[in-house]
Amino acid sequence: MKTYYDPSDLSLFETIGKDAPELARKFFDYYGAVFAEGALSAREKALIALAVAHAVQCPYCIDAYTRAGLEQGCDLEELTEAVHVAGAIRGGASLVHGVQMRKIAEKLTL
Amino acid sequence: MGCPQETQAQTLPGDIEKFSAALKRHGLKLDRGRCRILQVNVGLICDLCCRHCHLTAGPHRREIMSAETMKEVVDFARRCDFELVDITGGAPELVPGIEGFISDLADVIPQLMLRSNLTALGSQERNDLLSTCVKHRVALVVSFPALREAQVEAQRGSGVWEKSLAMLHRLNELGYGREASGLELHLAVNPGGAFLPADQAAVEKRYRRELQRRWDIVFNRLFALTNTPLGRFRRWLETSGNYDAYMGKLAKAFNPTVVPGLMCREQISVSWDGYVFDCDFHLAAGICQGEKRTHVRDLSAPPAEGTLIATADHCYACTAGAGFT
Repeated sequence: MKTYYDPSDLSLFETIGKDAPELARKFFDYYGAVFAEGALSAREKALIALAVAHAVQCPYCIDAYTRAGLEQGCDLEELTEAVHVAGAIRGGASLVHGVQMRKIAEKLTL
Repeated sequence: MGCPQETQAQTLPGDIEKFSAALKRHGLKLDRGRCRILQVNVGLICDLCCRHCHLTAGPHRREIMSAETMKEVVDFARRCDFELVDITGGAPELVPGIEGFISDLADVIPQLMLRSNLTALGSQERNDLLSTCVKHRVALVVSFPALREAQVEAQRGSGVWEKSLAMLHRLNELGYGREASGLELHLAVNPGGAFLPADQAAVEKRYRRELQRRWDIVFNRLFALTNTPLGRFRRWLETSGNYDAYMGKLAKAFNPTVVPGLMCREQISVSWDGYVFDCDFHLAAGICQGEKRTHVRDLSAPPAEGTLIATADHCYACTAGAGFT
């Protein structure tokens, strides 16, 4: 293995079931059910997944859900806004922790 | 011109089985059912150069059905027992004599369908054509690939968005797409690239809601169509480095259950110069129907039930997912 990430590994996802088939089956059944059309449309779920993929910085998920978003009729403007949602949440999550910093600092300083 | 009955020159990536092998593996054969649809491609002239076009249609094309060939097609229809005629192009609206052709076909075939790109329908004051369509209750199948201007124009060209919306409004005013009017308006949606269409029912639901809410436009049905790797679209796939992956995607999405309902089993396609093909994609690829190139003037009836249909690897586009049925 020359690199940690190889795009062709995405198509090998299902091989995670090789030594634990029952667990893999349960996971993929659940995965499929999550992304099926429900109270949220498959299109909405693809955009959420794309945002989460950027939040967790998974290149496989970014590849998969960019394609899924396009297949669901999303355009680049929509996909980009989804990435900004991830960016805003990640940035906000850092900044809101600043409240802790402030409380601690204010307690410790004259 | 010869008739390659197996396939055109194939350049499938090595790890993808040929379409004919996929059929065989599933114990299937592609043969004709009762031929109830006459599809007529009246020419390759078009006011647009859509990037997904399998026929490489455009303003530069001069292949247009002549009055003589139109008469031969009508005579052929009279000899047969078709339920529906599907008129396509190119842009049929730009073909001289199209109104008379529609009227003549209306005398011999009960249901008529015209494919339109919406922009040509609005050009050159085609009120005569619209009147003909209304008079003969011609169902319109119109291209409307996205709900956003940028997506539509990336695929179909600058200025198409506004013209398309204006024509949809005009068609609604005429009664097209309105309940109980008897004038059917269907939307055709192709993906804007090297990926498969979304679930048709979900897309139809979203289009119905958004077109009504944002532009007060109504329609009857929506067809989510897969882009076929031929013509201008195939060239784009190759030059953009997407061809192998796209063919892999189509092959992986092969759905054996749609084969019995494929459109080629119950239709015959006629080219602008009067020759017959199993479908518009084989027409684009030059794969003729039967053993040799046959003109409609020489046909007494459509191909018999059970006649084998030639296959090619672009057939994967019709069997992907929900299929082209």
